[in-house]
Amino acid sequence: METAAMETYVRRELIAPLPPPLATSGMLGFLRQRLFGGVLNIVLTLLSLLLIIIVLPPLVRFLIIDAVWSGSSRTDCLAETLGRPVGACWPFIAAKFRQFMYGFYPEAEQWRVNLTYALGVVLLVPLLIPRVPYKAWNAIAFFGVFPLVAFVLLVGNVLGLPHVETRLWGGMLVTLVITFTGIIGSLPLGVLLALGRASRLPVVRMLSIIFIEFWRGVPLVTVLFFATYMLPLFLPGNWRMDPMLRVLIGVVLFAGAYMAEVVRGGLQAVPRGQYEGATALGLGYWKMMGYVVMPQALKYVIPGIVNSFIALFKDTTLVLIVAIFDLLGQLRAAFADPNWATPVTLFTGFAFAGIIYLVISFAMSRYALYTERRLDTGARR
Amino acid sequence: MKQALPGGPPRVAVHNNPKVRSAFYQAVALVLVLACAYAFTVNASANLRAQGFASGFDFLGNTAGFGINQTLIDYSETDTYGRVFVVGLLNTLLVAVIGCVFATILGFIIGIARLSPNWLIARLGGAYVETIRNLPLLFQILFWYLAVLGTMPGPRQSIGLGLQPVLSAIGDGIAAIGLTAIADGFRSLAAWIGPPDIYLNNRGVILPRPLLGDGFEWVAIAFGLAVLLAIGLRVWARQRLDATGRTFPTGWTAFGLIVGLPLAALLALGVPISFEHPQLRGFNFVGGLRLIPELVALLFALVTYTAAYIAEVVRGGILAVPRGQSEAALALGLRRGLTLRLIIVPQALRVIVPPLTNQFLNLTKNSSLAVGIGYPDLFAVFAGTTLNQTHQAIEIIAITMAVYLAISLITSILMNWYNARTNRRFER
Repeated sequence: METAAMETYVRRELIAPLPPPLATSGMLGFLRQRLFGGVLNIVLTLLSLLLIIIVLPPLVRFLIIDAVWSGSSRTDCLAETLGRPVGACWPFIAAKFRQFMYGFYPEAEQWRVNLTYALGVVLLVPLLIPRVPYKAWNAIAFFGVFPLVAFVLLVGNVLGLPHVETRLWGGMLVTLVITFTGIIGSLPLGVLLALGRASRLPVVRMLSIIFIEFWRGVPLVTVLFFATYMLPLFLPGNWRMDPMLRVLIGVVLFAGAYMAEVVRGGLQAVPRGQYEGATALGLGYWKMMGYVVMPQALKYVIPGIVNSFIALFKDTTLVLIVAIFDLLGQLRAAFADPNWATPVTLFTGFAFAGIIYLVISFAMSRYALYTERRLDTGARR
Repeated sequence: MKQALPGGPPRVAVHNNPKVRSAFYQAVALVLVLACAYAFTVNASANLRAQGFASGFDFLGNTAGFGINQTLIDYSETDTYGRVFVVGLLNTLLVAVIGCVFATILGFIIGIARLSPNWLIARLGGAYVETIRNLPLLFQILFWYLAVLGTMPGPRQSIGLGLQPVLSAIGDGIAAIGLTAIADGFRSLAAWIGPPDIYLNNRGVILPRPLLGDGFEWVAIAFGLAVLLAIGLRVWARQRLDATGRTFPTGWTAFGLIVGLPLAALLALGVPISFEHPQLRGFNFVGGLRLIPELVALLFALVTYTAAYIAEVVRGGILAVPRGQSEAALALGLRRGLTLRLIIVPQALRVIVPPLTNQFLNLTKNSSLAVGIGYPDLFAVFAGTTLNQTHQAIEIIAITMAVYLAISLITSILMNWYNARTNRRFER
């Protein structure tokens, strides 16, 4: 054995200490880890910076720095008149603002639209804040009473209010009316269809499935055409139907089918024990659904409902194809005005409408996210 | 064990018997629906008689009498409405297929970018998705059509897309600094490449048109053969893997087959393919292949819009694979690439594919918005122009809806079949 001959190794001096680990927190660590770690990362960072430099400064220049803020006709927005590059022509928006918001709603009656908006906001805001009490009364006021008040205010012909035909409506007013009616109408329809689809009665279930899958399978444009050209043929010849009403019916049928699928998700999320408990207490079908299942199911799907609201809000633009002029339709009509024909008119109009759509949809999607997080902490499994 | 109640089954009034009740409710529902259908039919036939419009599908054989600015098959104004339908359907399918391919590519890139450890690129991906998803699609279609393509210069000032303009621009930039020799190098390289082949102007996008020479069908046959061989190879490799546990580089071999075999055929036949280059003659381009601006705008909007949704689908799918999966794979000694290919991608795809198909379906349905800018898709030429000319609303809208419905139903049947298959594979 050689073991005895082997000398034991004993270190006589300290090893030089290792350098401290690279910072992974703080500003420097963030830069090192998330932006400049490795060749690929550096290349990606530089490419992204390039993209930002290409897109952002011209956008800011167009919207703010080079923009024209006051003027009365196209000549104020021409590069020849100003002697500098021209950005957005905001006077064009100012001149058309009334049209974008109200369409051709008579100027003397515009207070009715504004009052409707104000009422809607007053009722909607407390409904959206979870802490405010009296939710049930609030919901009844918003979903039940407000539509009737809005109808009377906007259409008129009663209580001494002059009648305003729907063909004079336009712009943001039409966008909001269609979105709002779509949601108000599609909620009960969606709940009924979802119950039908979950029903134990085969005929009812089959009819619900056919209805839902039919409307979900076709594009909204065909639904609007169906409502505009085909629906009047199905009704007795002496019934005259307002074009706006036809479109609203089409939108409600379409949105109802999608809402049914959202609600069905909520119904499936309610634990079986809830159904069994309600049955054991001796509740009948409608009482079980109304008092036990639906309140829980609807609470689960609030984010889904807000998301369909966003989808509907964006889909409203399609009505311009059946000659009803919502915000986008009015925008397109305004482009044809020779008094404001400049090279920047198109971009200005799209920037304006784009900001409106973006702000409203973005706010709604944030709200959906917020409710989703709030509900996630609860009893959900 | 079932115990008989004393005195037989409980006596319940007939109207409280659950069976009777359910039969009654269902009968009421059915009668209501049938009554509605009956009333609609009666009203419709009375209205049609009163308005004096024809009914039935005979109009499909009548002469259409209007032109269409993009047709994939031969079509002239003397053709029938039936042919108009086919032309429109093909145009819809063209947009759907091209749109789905590009939307998938862009969507995967953005979805992965959003998951990138690089902070900046993840934020950029997020900003893209939020912006695009919160703007209405019709708004975007009109933006591309009116504001972007509508303000392009005329054919004489076309914007060339290709290497040559880029190289000569670089050359000009270098010449401005004073390095003439290098600048001349870039310029001569640009001149050697020749004028660009892709032009952008207010009449759309102009591309070189490929001309297929004699014997090109052999290349196609070689391609088909390569695909069949690759499928066979995959089956064989799988069987060998199951039997012996030895792997085979199926992916690379199949790639080599599918690219190599047609390429070999192409070279063996002396490259029977040439390009007809567009030439500027007078005020317009002659030759080449022109994509009408409506098609370009529609595709641009549909691809960018759907890609934002696909990006979210992809991101959700990848996040749905638990971290432990990749950790376990790395612990087993699989390299990064193999972990991705064998562990993460198959599990993520199981989550991604169903909503992805849904997005393809949405893209196809959304292509009907073409009517807003006048691209001649099924909806625009059939439910638009044909409806205006013949006034046969019921037949035309029913046919149009049936087409879209058929596309959705076929897709969802395929999807159900796929889901059943993958779930079975994962449960094994």
